[in-house]
Order: sequence, then structure tokens, then C-alpha cells
Amino acid sequence: MGQIELKGVTKRFGDVEVIPPLDLQINEGEFVVFVGPSGCGKSTLLRLIAGLEDTTGGRIEIDGKDATDLRPAQRRLAMVFQSYALYPHMSVRKNIAFPLKMAKLSQAEIDKKVEGAAKVLNLSSYLDRRPGQLSGGQRQRVAIGRAIVREPAAFLFDEPLSNLDAALRVNMRLEISELHNSLKTTMIYVTHDQVEAMTMADKIVVLQAGRIEQVGTPLELYRTPKNRFVAGFIGSPKMNFIGGTEAQKHGAHEIGIRPEHITVGTSGDWQGRVTVSEHLGSDTYLHVQTDHGIINVRSAGNVDVHHGDTVWLTPETANIHKFDANGSAV
Amino acid sequence: MARTVTTQRKVIVTAIAWTIAIAIFFPILWTFLTSFKTEADAIATPPKFLFFNWTTENYTTVQGRSNYFLHFWNSVIISVGSTVAALIIAIPAAWSMAFVPGKRTKDILMWMLSTKMMPAVGVLVPIYLLFRDTGLLDTRTGLVIVLTLMNLPIVVWMLYTYFKEIPGEILEAARMDGANLTREIIYVLTPMAVPGIASTLLLNIILAWNEAFWTLNLTASKSAPLTQFIASYSSPEGLFYAKLSAASMMAIAPIIVLGWFSQKQLVRGLTFGAVK
Repeated sequence: MGQIELKGVTKRFGDVEVIPPLDLQINEGEFVVFVGPSGCGKSTLLRLIAGLEDTTGGRIEIDGKDATDLRPAQRRLAMVFQSYALYPHMSVRKNIAFPLKMAKLSQAEIDKKVEGAAKVLNLSSYLDRRPGQLSGGQRQRVAIGRAIVREPAAFLFDEPLSNLDAALRVNMRLEISELHNSLKTTMIYVTHDQVEAMTMADKIVVLQAGRIEQVGTPLELYRTPKNRFVAGFIGSPKMNFIGGTEAQKHGAHEIGIRPEHITVGTSGDWQGRVTVSEHLGSDTYLHVQTDHGIINVRSAGNVDVHHGDTVWLTPETANIHKFDANGSAV
Repeated sequence: MARTVTTQRKVIVTAIAWTIAIAIFFPILWTFLTSFKTEADAIATPPKFLFFNWTTENYTTVQGRSNYFLHFWNSVIISVGSTVAALIIAIPAAWSMAFVPGKRTKDILMWMLSTKMMPAVGVLVPIYLLFRDTGLLDTRTGLVIVLTLMNLPIVVWMLYTYFKEIPGEILEAARMDGANLTREIIYVLTPMAVPGIASTLLLNIILAWNEAFWTLNLTASKSAPLTQFIASYSSPEGLFYAKLSAASMMAIAPIIVLGWFSQKQLVRGLTFGAVK
């Protein structure tokens, strides 16, 4: 259970087409991440699947059945919101129990399921508190608890970690991944953070202006981006793009090279001056001013190069990405 | 450098504040004092402030001459009835305007408020005739209807502002969790908007309780609320200031008590969302 298929799904707000006709297949048990810059329509797409927005055209099928006109509650999907969206006037227990109460389960069953979810999420000692008395991470866990008690066909996450601080975000990311491994339920996760996408996803859907740019596993997107947009969006620090004669040498309109695929030395292809050097211990990030513009370089370990030094950069030929004038990969 | 506030400055500011407060409160205080005077003391020149023969005779006379409790019950029924009716209409209306706004929502809100800008006397004749022809003159039902409609724009506006403060995602979460519209309003929206709804309720009861134009013009005796009770002491019997004051005090006492006990709720509701 938990297979979702979008067939020609379209969304317009007035005259603005936010999602042009779009097809997408999400398989049972998959962890799918929608990623893209803000305003790319990823949240709208999730809300269309949830039923919180009506489609303008096309069909949404859940487990083979047409769900396009079903109310959100009838789609058997659970959603975790960015703002957690907990009911502030209810205790944690009542928050988690709410969907079960709406489903008219017996009190004994509700208690059993709530206790079970609380145990999984380490919330047992907080059950009688109000959401206002919890930390951000705990609130997010309550929101997840409220989603899992329903045993939905799929979970929808709308940027669930954006309100958490960096350290907590990493923890919650692991917790959600573990949850997926143990529940094996389909999960659709929306984020603008490509690191979250790369670390969590089985399948990433890169969106821009409502269009799907590419669908693939994290490593497929990293190794063989279909176009310049995906190449620039996936990977951190971002890919370097070089045009002009340097690109023509490789028979392309523009070439792209990831920072980790450039070696720094005392001789090489491109000469440049270091403008910024960041020493993280595990890695060294260099910003080098060259004839081709600023080139970002990432070297493993510590490289003894500092601001103002002159260095030579050599790209790994095998890892050069070539693009034509339309930005498509060649 | 820290700003220093001298004692002298504090004394002056406090004195000014008290003077203004007393000046504003003075008419009520004077009515209160007059209600305990004899009619002679009430019109004495120079006016007697505190040193007069304190008497409760006005209260007994007023109670003996007119049926206070009939008017009191009429006031209670009319103010509470019109408030509850207005809330029943306004909660769904404000819900739809706050959470599913259309292109013209703002215009509708303005249009509703604009009806309050017209002087009530402008529609007195048509409403009077309507009431006469439908047999609603001098009935509680008639007053409940007219006061509900008169205050509805304000009730919708207040609730709309409170509902706007509630994040839509919480209602969407309720929808995902399987709540239908009725359950969403009962289990999620209303409990979250309780401070706002309570202050709207209280304010509207106060407004309806004190409403004098319609209650005076559309009632005679049967369904007359306390405003009519006060008014009956103002003209036909000449200048009976002491009795008029006693009647006024009896009429405003219940609403002052209600206001006093609910002031915390009122202030909380009226500043709802201002400080998070």
C-alpha cells in the first residue's frame, strides 16, 4: 500500500500556472524527496497530493484508485507541517489521539496506540504537557506521532526540519530515516535543502517553476545531471560553470566541474589567486580568482594555502560535465 | 546614560492622570451620589457633594412604582439572545472569510461595516412599519432580531480579526486528521478562538444592554428593557433627578458587575494576538 501516481496533474491560481501538466510515479515504500528553490511549486505539489488544494486538471491515483476528488481525510495520507501545526489547546496525548478520535476508535484502542507511538518517539514522559511546553524537536516528534498512529498509506512531510536549529536538524533527519526503515511506508518529503534530499531520499524529484527537471537516485543526479539547473542545484559547494573558449576546448557551450573534482597544485591548467580559504580540518574550501572567474575548490584534509597565494588548478577530465546552449547535458 | 525619572515628575504625571480619570468618571459618580439624595438636595444650589441626608428612599420608590425585574429580564433576554444569535451567524461567516477568502472578501467586510456608518434614524421608519405589519412591535423577539442585525457587522469583524490570527496549517492538520468542517470548527477552531469569542460575546452583551435607540422606539411596556425603565423617569413626571439617578444606577449595576468580573477576559480578548 502507498503507491501514488500523478497523471497530467495541473494547478493554476487564477491566470498563473503554478504546475504545468506533470506526471510522476511514486512506488510503494519509497522515500521520495521533492527538492527545488523556493517558489518552484514543490509544496503546492505536496498539497495537491494531500488534497489540501484542488487540482485544475489531471488525475491523482493512490493505490490504483482515483483520489483526485477525495477529501484529505479520505486519502489515508498523514502530513507533518513545517510549523508542526499542533493543537495548542490539547495535551500531547490528545494531539496524538486526535486522528484516532476522528476515526471513532474505542478509547482502549486509542490509549494503546498513543502509548505505542509515544514510546517509539521518546515522548512517554511528555504526554500530559501542552505543545507550548515542549522544545522544537519534541514538537516535531509529536507531529510525527500524530501522523504515525493513523497507519497511513503514505506520509507527507512539508519542510519539517526548517524551524529547527542545525544540530537538531541532523538528529531529526536520522530519526526520520530510521522511522522509514522500520515502518517501510511511502514517504514524500519536501525540502529546499539539497543535503537533506541527498541524505534521505531513495528518489529525488528536482523541480523548477512547477516542472520536473529530473527524477533519479541521489547519486544519479550527482553523477549525471540532465541539465545545468540540476547540476548547479545538487551538490555542495555548488558546481563551477565555465563558458567561452575553455568550454569550446571540450566541445561544449559550457562546462561544469564540481569543487571536489579539482586538484590544487604548483602547476596545472588554470592559474589563480586565492581570495578566501576556509580550513575545516576535514576539508579545505578555496575560492580562487582565475581568468574564468571565481572557482570554488574543495580538497580533502588540510591544504596549506592561504589568502593571496597563487595556485594552479587542474580539473579531473572524467568528471567534467558538458552543456549545450540550452543548458542540457551533452 | 539611564533616563532618570524624578519623584516630582512622577507626582505630577500621576496627579494629571487621576484628574483626567476623575473628570471622565465624574458624571457616573454624581449620578451615584444623587441617587441617595432627597429630591430637594438633588437640585440644591450650591450643589451638595457628600454632606447631605443619605437616603435609600429613591430606590424603594422606583421599585414600587415600576416593575424593575420585568425590565431587567427583558434586558437580559434581549442582550444575551441577540448576542448568541449574532455569534451563531458570525462564526461560520468569519470562518469562511478568514480561511477561504474570495476576491471580494475585503469588499464584503467593508460593505458590512459601512451599514454601521448610517445613522440608525435613517431606517427607523421602514423598520417601524415592518415591525408594525409583522406584529413585532413591543416584542422581545423583535428586539432580539433588530439588535442581532445591528451588531452583526461588528461581531463578524471582531471574529474575523481573531480567526485571522489562527494559523491555517492547524486547521489543515485537522482536515488531514479526518475532521469534517463541523468537527474542525468545534474541536479546533472554537477552542483556539475562545479568548476572542468570549470578548466579542461580552462586548456585544454590553452594547446590546446599553442600546437605547431601537429599544426606546420599538417597545412600549411589555418587552421594554432597562433603557425604557430609565427613560420613563426622565420626562413625563418633571424633574425628579434623584429618582432618575436611582433608576439609572439600578439599570447599569448588572452590566458593571458583569464587566468587572470579566475585565480580565475582555482585555485578554481585545489584545489577542497583539503580544505573542
